[in-house]
Amino acid sequence: MSDLLITGARTVSGGTGDLYIQDGVLADPAAAPADVPRLDADGLLALPGLVDLHTHLREPGREDAETIRSGTKAAARGGYTAVFAMANTSPVTDTAEAAMFVASRARRDGYAQVQPVGAITKGLAGEELAELGLMARSAANVRVFSDDGRCVADSLLMRRALEYVTAFDGVLAQHSQDPRLAGPTACCHEGPVSGRLGLPGWPAVAESVIVARDVQLAEATGSRIHVCHVSTAESVEVIRWAKKRGIQVTAEVTPHHLYFDTSEVQGYDTTYKVNPPLRPDEHRTAIAEALADGTIDVVATDHAPHARQDKDHDFAVASPGMLGLEQALAVVMETMVDTGRMDWAAVVDRMSAAPARIGRLAEQGRPLRLGEPGNVVLVDTTARADVDRDASRSLSRNNPYHGRTLPDPVVATVWAGRITYQR
Amino acid sequence: MKHLLAAADLSPAEIASILDLAEEMHAVQSRQVKKLPTLRGRTVVNLFFEDSTRTRGSFELAEKWMSADAVNMSGKGSSVSKGESLRDTVLTLDAMGVDAFVIRHSGSGAVHQAAGWVRPNVSVVNAGDGAHEHPTQALLDAFAMRRHFRRHSTESWEDKTIAIVGDLTHSRVVRSNVSLLQTLGAQVILVAPPTLMPAGVSTWGVEIAPDFDAVLPRADVVMMLRVQRERMAGGFFPSAREYTVGYGLTRDRLERLKPGAAICHPGPMNRGVEISSDAADSVNSLVLDQVSAGVAVRMSVLYHLLGGEGQA
Repeated sequence: MSDLLITGARTVSGGTGDLYIQDGVLADPAAAPADVPRLDADGLLALPGLVDLHTHLREPGREDAETIRSGTKAAARGGYTAVFAMANTSPVTDTAEAAMFVASRARRDGYAQVQPVGAITKGLAGEELAELGLMARSAANVRVFSDDGRCVADSLLMRRALEYVTAFDGVLAQHSQDPRLAGPTACCHEGPVSGRLGLPGWPAVAESVIVARDVQLAEATGSRIHVCHVSTAESVEVIRWAKKRGIQVTAEVTPHHLYFDTSEVQGYDTTYKVNPPLRPDEHRTAIAEALADGTIDVVATDHAPHARQDKDHDFAVASPGMLGLEQALAVVMETMVDTGRMDWAAVVDRMSAAPARIGRLAEQGRPLRLGEPGNVVLVDTTARADVDRDASRSLSRNNPYHGRTLPDPVVATVWAGRITYQR
Repeated sequence: MKHLLAAADLSPAEIASILDLAEEMHAVQSRQVKKLPTLRGRTVVNLFFEDSTRTRGSFELAEKWMSADAVNMSGKGSSVSKGESLRDTVLTLDAMGVDAFVIRHSGSGAVHQAAGWVRPNVSVVNAGDGAHEHPTQALLDAFAMRRHFRRHSTESWEDKTIAIVGDLTHSRVVRSNVSLLQTLGAQVILVAPPTLMPAGVSTWGVEIAPDFDAVLPRADVVMMLRVQRERMAGGFFPSAREYTVGYGLTRDRLERLKPGAAICHPGPMNRGVEISSDAADSVNSLVLDQVSAGVAVRMSVLYHLLGGEGQA
């Protein structure tokens, strides 16, 4: 816990002033001692630290692709002060011990708070429940459970898991992919592009049928369901319907589904292979509008580092996923703010407050007020830069924005008073 | 031309040039001594990640008759199963200093990727990538069809209708043929059960016909594609018998073809399933002409890629 005085920052509500962080908590700037370390934020916009509900840190297991240290450094570069670390590591985070390993390693190495996500099923195999309660009651305090990368396809198992986690206010984050409609080789949105390229199709309906099933199971069990990386217009319609009915459903969208469409894969560049796949423009527009109107609650990166050798296979075999942490806010600015779809207050909600609330992370996503945690990202709303994958703080280079000019908003990130990134 | 990756990349002039030179090469095939010195000293690696008998053999003959040093390498088991990436496999062989690769791979796009990885002076020929393209097949089909048209009517492509029938979803042959035939100006009709029609086929600018019988009297060529029995397990159609009744070129359908209409099949044929023996062996069957054209067309392609100014 550090002390820091941030001077001259604008806030989303329009005022300008100083932010004093004492012992990691926002305190009265008038009480700041003269010799406190200072951060000049003149002309910058101060936002609460961003929270990513969907990050792959790859540690333990694939430390050549990413570590908790490198992944959280990338997170800090992107303005994040907390990330939820997905469970598909090796070993899988499906026990309290595995969750506590991630939490303790993060306390040692982290440039941001790391909240482990627990697997829903043992080994992500979709057959038996993982020890959900032990993970929840452990020091890692797991509240979000996900088999991300795989869908819990068995309806009965999904029902049981939803029922079970109500005991400790858990939420299931589902990777919605009917494994029969979109099997293991599915890698390109099913449509004219997949048909021309001869790539196995991943039809939009393979997502929305699972979303439709899950929201009804959530209603029947009185439980909470979170839909990962929504990519289709039909899923949006189902979620809208479910929210109107009062079902406890939340949803996320990734920066890359807001920014790219299916045409990117036409050169078979495996950087653009991601699951769910990039969709045509009509889906992209639908999810952007849903994010703006709140049908989709959060932007989550699905930051998925991959070593080069895992991407250098033919398209159907290459590992799916792309980096996201460092450019997420830039992409949201480009696609949502600069287009007039969302204001900065909405950005704070979708990228900080809502993800912390869904993941039950009390010390994150809070407004910049006295007594609240000193998690701040300082934003230059005018800067732009060419993205260079080799300048990444991630260990991996599968950055889909490489070579493109994007906003470059993050000037500094402060986590509990500690500067975790400064340009 | 540097690479031959997709029929879709070929201009009408390039197609004409390849087919015309193939005519000359075809004459060489019937000689007793078939060796041409054209590619002496050049090395071509046939890198096949997927099993192939006829395509690999056809390329190998073409290379040998052009006096190139032909080396066959099986990519099977050398890549993913040993933990090596496709890129490393290609870079490793490329570093040995070859002049051209002929590559077949089960993954769509793999040959395009390889072309991006080889040294700048190395040519890559796509010998079939997944369900994407098989450009030399489309060229040899066009060669055999053109010869047939010259024998029976006019050479003009504009007044010709080619029906392609079968498992179109999983076929690289159909994608290459549609591109090439459209460039040549022919009309294409695709015939398949709806489950075997490629996604987005309505954007291809071709006619889509679920009823093979209605197409029979209109087609100048019927190209029958192989239907793999394992597709039944995927639920694409209920049985080989039902497929044959709906989409097979049976004896009965053979009789209802336009007089002089040609029959093509890229092989290997499932006689009795998509094509009857009566059709396969009929006087207008081009099946063996296609095979023979394959060597000539591949000789021509290799000449276009390697035989120009880079010649020693």
